[in-house]
Amino acid sequence: MTADQFRMMRPDRAVGIVGYGAYIPRYRLPGSEIARVWTDGLGAAPVREKAVAGADEDVVTMSIEAGRNAIACAGIDPQRIRAVWVGSESHPYAVKPTSTIVAESLGASADVLAADWEFACKAGTEAVQASLGLVGSGMAEYMLSIGMDTAQGRPGDALEYTAGSGGAAIILGPAEESCAVYQGSYSFVTDTPDFWRRAGEEYPSHGDRFTGEPAYFAHTIAAASNLMAAMNTEASDYDFAVFHQPNVKFPARAAKMLGFSPDQIGVGLLANEIGNVYSGSCMIGLTAVLDQAQPGDRILMVSYGSGAGSDAFDLKVSERIIELPRERRTTADYIARRREIDYGLYVRFRHKLKE
Amino acid sequence: MCVSIVGAGMIPVREHWSSSLAELAVEAGELALRDAALSQVDAIYIGNAYGAAFSRQTQLGSLVAAQLGMPGAEAFTCEAGDASGGVALRAAYLAVASGAVRSALALGVEKATDIVGSARLAARNVSLDADFETVNGATLTAMAGLLMRRYMHEYGLDLSHFEGFSVNAHRNGARNSCAMYRNPLRAGAYMRAPMIADPVNLFDGAPDGDGAAAVIVAGSEAAADRWFNPVRIRGSAVSTDSLSLQDRVDPLSLSAVNLSTEKCLAQADLSRENLSALELHDAYTIVTALSLEAMGYSQRGRGWEWSRDGGARIANAGELPLSTFGGLKSRGNAGGASGLYQAVEAYRQLMGRAGDNQITGARHALIQSIGGLGATVATHVLSRTVE
Repeated sequence: MTADQFRMMRPDRAVGIVGYGAYIPRYRLPGSEIARVWTDGLGAAPVREKAVAGADEDVVTMSIEAGRNAIACAGIDPQRIRAVWVGSESHPYAVKPTSTIVAESLGASADVLAADWEFACKAGTEAVQASLGLVGSGMAEYMLSIGMDTAQGRPGDALEYTAGSGGAAIILGPAEESCAVYQGSYSFVTDTPDFWRRAGEEYPSHGDRFTGEPAYFAHTIAAASNLMAAMNTEASDYDFAVFHQPNVKFPARAAKMLGFSPDQIGVGLLANEIGNVYSGSCMIGLTAVLDQAQPGDRILMVSYGSGAGSDAFDLKVSERIIELPRERRTTADYIARRREIDYGLYVRFRHKLKE
Repeated sequence: MCVSIVGAGMIPVREHWSSSLAELAVEAGELALRDAALSQVDAIYIGNAYGAAFSRQTQLGSLVAAQLGMPGAEAFTCEAGDASGGVALRAAYLAVASGAVRSALALGVEKATDIVGSARLAARNVSLDADFETVNGATLTAMAGLLMRRYMHEYGLDLSHFEGFSVNAHRNGARNSCAMYRNPLRAGAYMRAPMIADPVNLFDGAPDGDGAAAVIVAGSEAAADRWFNPVRIRGSAVSTDSLSLQDRVDPLSLSAVNLSTEKCLAQADLSRENLSALELHDAYTIVTALSLEAMGYSQRGRGWEWSRDGGARIANAGELPLSTFGGLKSRGNAGGASGLYQAVEAYRQLMGRAGDNQITGARHALIQSIGGLGATVATHVLSRTVE
């Protein structure tokens, strides 16, 4: 076994995605509206608009929506799901789990593992990595992993343009039932804190330009290129690539550095439409890709979490993709379901006004 | 005693996220020592402006001397805001010229990326007048904006009249592997750049970066015996003006630029016409325009004319090569190291070692390092010693 292969992770039993689902709230706040309030309209916004959760939505309700879509897509009995894992930076409670509410609401309780994952923007894909192990070992038949966020951005901060709401749910199961089969995965983790939020603080802090080269690019590039080295593949072997997307520029540049063309990343790059949905960012990009993928397509997905590193996954779409239920809600449906709001409604929905 | 530069070294101006202040200094110091084939010097003079504010580090002399393998050497910091590099070279010059030391390392270093956001802005403001400028929320860029607006108002100009300075800098920086931004400015890019402090925009002001640059200085007689073609420091002068703009009777006249240039040229026994290249403190194009006026290259209100036609007259092949390696604008403004980047660049021009940036027939070069908007001005004239 070469060093490259040693680093790669692949379970003994082949596993894949048996169902998936997205959720995006309907409200959209354009970057131009934020610029109107904070900069007299000057300066270019890093994304055109971002999705904003409504006043009665949070990571629990949104995870239930995405989870229902995933179960409907998989066509399985929720009682056979052995774990409900929710990765997020915006769990509604500090103490009181998200995932138990989600599991119960989805009908997956009570013979179930449930846990909340908190691992910056890599929380969702970290849950997927762990799920690969449980399904791959035969401990579990199906595993539900969700990446979902209602991301926080301080009013007036650069993050406010992008910090969006949304995410995706992925059900892993045996390869023979899967619409996309895992070829291998890899995790690249260093202590490089470019973005953080201390306990009790409402909004995150970030390291400005430090968040680029030494943080996002160093980790996404390493994760992608190390996995491709282990798989003995190159960019041209993939039909689609999906990256964590804090804005439009970063994933586009990372893709270019790795040799991917704009065509390969276009379908999964949703930042301009929904902003950065943190733990759900690359997972919802993947759902958009799967909605359009054909049997035989190969997909590279790379997540990134600040101070958490990157996960990379290699997936191959199977014949099962054409047998998925036709009436399911697609990611594009959610993107099209759009109601523009102004900064005032945004302030109300996201509880920005303090007494 | 006459004084010469016998070795030089610089590292690229970048965001050096994974290097500390001391590591940057040691890297440039070792390059300069190796260039001069030396392992020791008698003294180290460090140009650094913001070590205390950016990195919470002072006493760089002791820190760097030990790490350069010279424990016990005379070593201390020279500080004059963004002119720190220029005054460190001045200190090295004085020390060798006096005979007090035989050889000295003038080493400029700045590490701007240890802190981020508004903390970095606040830290950089320590070089302004705390009581009359900083207290009111001013930054150096804001003050440059005021100065540029006044100049435009007096002489009926707009931003487009300054474009050629930035275009020229990027044209030259594109060929310099140590430059921070090696992109040539496309037509119209300067005018479309985001505004920073009206009228100073993103492509008008120089970017801050981490960097370090160093030269080795020795007595000319000893240098002639040991080194091939040492470069003579033919003039050296430092002058000051009031720290805050508000205290100047005529803000559009950079009197310290005028004074230090006159003193330096008088000592060098040269006139402006003898100079083959200029490295000016182009932190903002308005500073370049005003410097050219104060030095006598233009009449009042006409310094901007050197930027005409994309800076054709100040190009490396033009009549007055300016910012031959990209200047602060394209190579990057490494704070207290900038004055020594200028020294390394001029040294390479005069030694014929400037590579793709080489100008032909370089004989005498003037370098000028400025703190604030002309508050401290260190000027040196460097000369080739052989035909």
